[in-house]
Amino acid sequence: MKARVIVTLKPGILDPQGKAIEGALKSLDIFGVDSVRQGKVFDIELSIEDRAKAEAALKPACEKLLANMVIENYRIEFPA
Amino acid sequence: MRAAVIIFPGSNREGDAARALAEANGAKPAMVWHADHELPAGTDLVVLPGGFSYGDYLRCGAIAGRSHIMDAVRAHAAKGGLVLGICNGFQILCESGLLPGVLMRNRDLKFVCRMQHLRVERNDSPFTSQYDKHQVIKVAIAHGEGNYEADAETLARLEGDGRVAFRYCDEAGTVGGAANPNGSVNDIAGIYSETRNVLGLMPHPENLIDPLVGGIDGRGLFKSLAAVA
Repeated sequence: MKARVIVTLKPGILDPQGKAIEGALKSLDIFGVDSVRQGKVFDIELSIEDRAKAEAALKPACEKLLANMVIENYRIEFPA
Repeated sequence: MRAAVIIFPGSNREGDAARALAEANGAKPAMVWHADHELPAGTDLVVLPGGFSYGDYLRCGAIAGRSHIMDAVRAHAAKGGLVLGICNGFQILCESGLLPGVLMRNRDLKFVCRMQHLRVERNDSPFTSQYDKHQVIKVAIAHGEGNYEADAETLARLEGDGRVAFRYCDEAGTVGGAANPNGSVNDIAGIYSETRNVLGLMPHPENLIDPLVGGIDGRGLFKSLAAVA
């Protein structure tokens, strides 16, 4: 099955890249942009078909490597 | 002092580190490949050199921090063995859990490569015995992700336990302000582990050991280590 891991910076962590992108969007006169936070997306192919088992496998993957838990949160999704 | 320098794919300062160690110590360090599972027998000091391990993919130091040799480095540190991480080596130490906190993108998003003054916070560590307390030294910096961050609790613990090793300062020793090159919290340039046998720092003392390149203020760190054993 396919899984998608989304890693985002925790609230309050300074995101200079997001700020720069926010500034660029504003300079393009894109209407309505309040703020931008940049994150990462990992699309992962699993040889597991059971959703609970997939989550059990991905949780340590996220916490050991994909996210730095000091500054980042993660969430796991299973796109249709 | 038996030193071992770990080489990761993308390390590029291992030669500089080895040269500084050999000059201070009178013996060449062992060069150890990251895929090895063990350190050479009798290793006193492990050095994680600067560079761009794994091309800084995922996060700086993230992949190197989980390589096989880091299990051996963790065991070495747990026994009280000395570990020095310079620049990317500092990032690897944070990612491997040997030091707390994280090194984020520089505040102004620019890679900074220039000379930088540091204040030596204490001289009773194995890394700094050849310096004076609050001595101002001039070394090189070259990094894009040196902006040290930690949560408030960790930061209070680091400060309370005297675990800040070096702070960014100007030539006169005034800490912070425009002398902080990357936005690092509390102007932190380097920190110790709880028992002060692990040091991570962003600047490059290994590049300031020869008058030919503009100074020898980095020598003290390697002389301090050579004086340990």
